[in-house]
Amino acid sequence: MSVVPTALSLGRPAMRAARAGLARGRIELRQTFTNAQDLWNYLLPAVLLLVVLFFMRNATVPGTSFSLGSRTMPSALGMNIAFGGLVTMAMALSVDREDGTLLRAKAIPNGMVGYLIGKITLVAGMGLFSFAMQLIPGLLLLDGLSLSGTSNWLTLIWVVLLGMVATMPIGAIFGSLVTNPRNMGMVMLPLMALIATSGIFYPITNFPVWLQWIAQVFPIYWLGLGMRSAMLPDDLAAVEIGESWRHLETVGVLGVWAIIGLVIAPIVLRRMARRESGSRMAERREKAMQRIN
Amino acid sequence: MTVVRQLRAPEAVTEPPDDLAAIEVRDLRMRYGTNDVLKGVSFTAKRGEVLALLGPNGAGKTTTIEILEGFRMRSAGDVRVLGVDPAQGDERWRARLGVVLQSWRDHGKWQVRELLAHFGLYYTAYSTPQISRPWDVDDLIDAVGLTPHAAKRVGQLSGGQRRRLDVAIGIVGRPELLFLDEPTAGFDPEARREFHDLVHRLSDIDDTTILLTTHDLDEAEKLASRILILAGGEIVADGSPDQLSRRVAADAEVRWSRDGDRFVHSTSDATAFVRQLFQQYGEEIADLEVRRASLEDTYMAFVREYESGRGASALRAFEEVTK
Repeated sequence: MSVVPTALSLGRPAMRAARAGLARGRIELRQTFTNAQDLWNYLLPAVLLLVVLFFMRNATVPGTSFSLGSRTMPSALGMNIAFGGLVTMAMALSVDREDGTLLRAKAIPNGMVGYLIGKITLVAGMGLFSFAMQLIPGLLLLDGLSLSGTSNWLTLIWVVLLGMVATMPIGAIFGSLVTNPRNMGMVMLPLMALIATSGIFYPITNFPVWLQWIAQVFPIYWLGLGMRSAMLPDDLAAVEIGESWRHLETVGVLGVWAIIGLVIAPIVLRRMARRESGSRMAERREKAMQRIN
Repeated sequence: MTVVRQLRAPEAVTEPPDDLAAIEVRDLRMRYGTNDVLKGVSFTAKRGEVLALLGPNGAGKTTTIEILEGFRMRSAGDVRVLGVDPAQGDERWRARLGVVLQSWRDHGKWQVRELLAHFGLYYTAYSTPQISRPWDVDDLIDAVGLTPHAAKRVGQLSGGQRRRLDVAIGIVGRPELLFLDEPTAGFDPEARREFHDLVHRLSDIDDTTILLTTHDLDEAEKLASRILILAGGEIVADGSPDQLSRRVAADAEVRWSRDGDRFVHSTSDATAFVRQLFQQYGEEIADLEVRRASLEDTYMAFVREYESGRGASALRAFEEVTK
């Protein structure tokens, strides 16, 4: 009798841990949505974006009569998906490692499975919430954006999902490599430079060609393009590279990033988890305390 | 699919044929670069025993406990924790251990009750007919004395309350073996006493085996049924608190004065020495004082010497006394 029940029970602990991870993500989402400081952090980018778009209201996309603000709106949404996946994930991992959350996960059976699923749920939930916080006022206040057809919505959904899958594992890799959350600037600065070159706030076709090539290696450009393809009238594709929304290429580049991330992230995460111990934690606490005092 | 699962089934056999040793360590060595932190540590912990690993800072206590917890790889030696090599311990093994971590500010937004219920979820799959896992959350909260704070957020707890929560998290899966690394570091005396009561209760309930590290002899004497003194990467003494103090107390210091001169003599038989002293000098003897060195005196002197850098000679002197 013993073989079958034992065999069946082997998959069970990990499944339970996965479910515990989902519960963990839900609890942490509830915590973040009932916290004034966190809510302000969601609201602020939305307000900033709207202010930027307000000042752009009289500018037009070069070569067209289309409002530059309405073109920037979807681009910025795409950028925020990338930003959320990369920075929020990296920050969360780095902070959790410093304060011992990760060590706790390591000390309980299948705790890392639960922790990671919880974190993915949390970061995805936060990303979608801040996405909605920017999308809704944008749709209400800006002219020329169309999310009327089913195909527009479908495009929006796959771009958002693929964007998260492409960026969150990369963010997790950064988070595992940056040991001190205060060194996150090392990730932020290049990211800012990348955003500036990715045609988010100004059409990329007006940049030098070599810069265009660099931008097209990274996910931010493609997320901006994908979101524009979902929300802008089709004739605006004319001002893009190749005068097309290039869906196939979008899937290709984001897909490659997703695969790279999903292959490397588990290796880096495992290495990081293996090195965690109480004494390493204590060392970091000492250091942090010294900074405060 | 079925075949694969059946092939993996023997994992269950890794549970030991319920022998009495919870921990077996033989000739454990750890080297960082050219620095030998552990130079052949050997000891055994029986099931149900409360064992204190006592030693000055830097003696290798934390390294030892982290190797046993499976958090650190060893350089050499044979280690079995609940019958399993920690370097190869799987999740099933992990579920039978409790590790009390010194929390700092993790899970600050979680409610106490919510957090314990959440961590308990991971253990439900490891419940056995003998040990039902996890602990009932409310019973657990009651056991560590946090009932009035169950609805509080972790970030609002005081230092002492937070450490009790750490213990609760460590035992939520009803571990057979519990690790406590320097559990009362930074405690005030009141919090310390409460914590000691808690550890006593723990070892009574479920007969949990406990391994704790401390640099405080008093704490080791209060909590442990057996003390291992670790210094210079080796176990220099091993015994019950009573055995250790009797061994140390073998030596006493006799002080007296005669004709205004002061004398000191160290002897293992103070009574015989003093009798002889009086026989020889009678009324000339004054200011007589016989003082048995307590374990604490001996240990404190040893730690002072050890930490002032005279490690090797202090170690020899201490071993001399505790032999």
